[in-house]
Amino acid sequence: MALSVKHLLDTVSLTADDITQILDTGRSFAEVNSRAIKKVPALRGRTIVNLFLEPSTRTRSSFELAEKRLSADSLNMGGSTSSVVKGESLADTIQTISAMNVDMFVCRASLAGTPHLIAENTDAVVINAGDGKHQHPTQAMLDLYTMREHFGHLNGLKVAIIGDLSHSRVAGSLVPALKTMGATPILVGPPTFQVSDPAYWGVEQTSDLDAVIPEVDVVYLLRVQLERMGGAVIPSKREYNRLFGVDERRRALMRPGSIICHPGPMNRGMEIMHEVADAPEAKVLDQVTAGVATRMAEMYLLLGGEGVAH
Amino acid sequence: MLIRNVRSIDPQVGLDDVLDVRIVGKRIAEVGAGLSAGDDEMLDGTGKVLVPGLVDMHVHFREPGFEYKEDIASGVRAATKGGFSDVATMPNTDPVTDTGTSVRYQIDRGIEEKKTRVRPIGALTRGEKGEALAEIGDMIEAGAVGFSDDGHGVQSAGMMRTCMAYVSQFDRAVIAHSEVDSLTKNGVVNEGRASTRLGMFGWPALGEELEIMRDIELCRLTGCPLHVAHISTARSLELVRAAKADGLPVTCEVTPHHLFLTEDDITDAYETNLKMNPPLRTPDDAVALIEGLVDGSIDCIVTDHAPHAKHEKDCEFEIAAFGTIGLETSLPLVLTNLVLPGRLSWQRLVEAMAISPRRILRLDPVKIEAGSRADLTLVDPRATFTVDLDYLESKSTNSAFLGAELTGRPADLFVSGRHVLVCGEVA
Repeated sequence: MALSVKHLLDTVSLTADDITQILDTGRSFAEVNSRAIKKVPALRGRTIVNLFLEPSTRTRSSFELAEKRLSADSLNMGGSTSSVVKGESLADTIQTISAMNVDMFVCRASLAGTPHLIAENTDAVVINAGDGKHQHPTQAMLDLYTMREHFGHLNGLKVAIIGDLSHSRVAGSLVPALKTMGATPILVGPPTFQVSDPAYWGVEQTSDLDAVIPEVDVVYLLRVQLERMGGAVIPSKREYNRLFGVDERRRALMRPGSIICHPGPMNRGMEIMHEVADAPEAKVLDQVTAGVATRMAEMYLLLGGEGVAH
Repeated sequence: MLIRNVRSIDPQVGLDDVLDVRIVGKRIAEVGAGLSAGDDEMLDGTGKVLVPGLVDMHVHFREPGFEYKEDIASGVRAATKGGFSDVATMPNTDPVTDTGTSVRYQIDRGIEEKKTRVRPIGALTRGEKGEALAEIGDMIEAGAVGFSDDGHGVQSAGMMRTCMAYVSQFDRAVIAHSEVDSLTKNGVVNEGRASTRLGMFGWPALGEELEIMRDIELCRLTGCPLHVAHISTARSLELVRAAKADGLPVTCEVTPHHLFLTEDDITDAYETNLKMNPPLRTPDDAVALIEGLVDGSIDCIVTDHAPHAKHEKDCEFEIAAFGTIGLETSLPLVLTNLVLPGRLSWQRLVEAMAISPRRILRLDPVKIEAGSRADLTLVDPRATFTVDLDYLESKSTNSAFLGAELTGRPADLFVSGRHVLVCGEVA
């Protein structure tokens, strides 16, 4: 039992079998996480470096908990303490940490391709915890996990991904992963948020949210990332909320049994209204719970851990 | 020096024959069959091709200011290795080359190297800031061969109009780096497939094309000759074609990397040596550019030789410097990909790499005939080699073509009769 990849850099290189293994293993760890004693010795003695070159609270907490529950030793390095600030190149930073014999890097960075550059400079395993506007594969795995738990399958699901598509690493990872598993993503957003070449992903793209909502099983809302935009490309939060925010009216358009997902943190009042965020269809907290389990699964599978409790 | 039994090609004098060429001092003394050797040193040209000395009218030699990337000595060596008798250096040095004194400095530094000649291009505006005219007349007296704010476009249409109107009193071209900053802001790869796939901001084709449209109209208004630098899209080529059909004094150039590489060559490994400005475009663009070169719509091949130090390229793609070196690989790439497979004639090669750049820079023509200055490139079309660090002469090694296996290379180079490249080695 092993993945076909050495590192988890993107979802494009994952096979359906890889993804299924991650989700199945994640289920075992979800059981561990529901126990009173939430700890297994699977990665005892392994060293994992959390290299967060861009601020992150949620993803970093999720990884740290996953590492602790696998009994791994972890080291946290953040943007403010990193040598990048001191003018050292990333390659030097990675070679320096690697010389301390670490087993894995978990990397978050604002620049696309950073995890690949890390992998080139270390023998350790690399997990991409989000690189710029490129990929966020562990987010995609927890999203698929949440959808599969709800529907019992992924094949045939229709998923509307709504929001700031061109700046979104979440969409960059979720779209190929959904396609690999036989689901159909549809991209929705204002033209100034749309990706320039949807044909590359083999997906449809539209601005007509009301036409899409009744057709899909999952309404996946992206966080509108004002910090990731090159310039002002929407007139106001208010107008975005009117045209693309999910409120009670749009919630009523949803197909029975369909769900709402959001990678967090939510901008209540912008992409999602307060009452919808707390509605039973919203699986946002299930996603967070799934994040710890699937990240445990990814680290376990990539480091070839042993002794997982079933 | 007597070069014997060499296929000599010069469309300026309708020449394509196997002949002997005698060089005496700085000039060609005789061209003919079966010339007597006398006391001359002999160079066997059997199987090789002799052409007028090549010219690259778009290079960056970084001196003064960025000598850690390249200096005139190392840049000249790279140019000699590449078979170029003359190169035109862009003015984005530090300080910017925007005065007669700074132009004269580069020329003098070039002369000291006694190899390829350095022909400075002066800045259009002071400090390349796009705000006030540089002392263009003073730079022409010092020897400037053209004017450009290369590295970025002149953003204000009014300022560009002033520049072109002012230059129109002299016999020089304005060389335009075409880029509308408000469209290309943050862009690091072609907008479209590459920006979608790699998750980085796109540099759209329109960012180049819109400024070319503007400058063609300013050319129509002012009469100033316009040379469009490094065109990279099919539509840019169409715009230049239409301007030429209107009889406007518009010319353009293309780089080997825009001919032979595309956005698809940038993989998930984020190869920073493939980060250029303008960026690598689509395969359809590359096909159109090759057609434009073959049919003569594109006047010349240039390298945009842009050396950068290791630490400026061994980093994340989005913060890496733009550009690739190119002097040593330009002719071999064109031979390997176009001339030897029969897609581009030797005559067109000579036009694009020797005749047209001299015309655009207002340099005296060099011809393979008695009396002409002996600037000659001897090409070995059969030599095969790999582009590796040993092959490069530049101080920097940021070549987009590292590892390429090429056929055909410059073997010998004469600059004013001086034998500066001997059997592929810089003398």
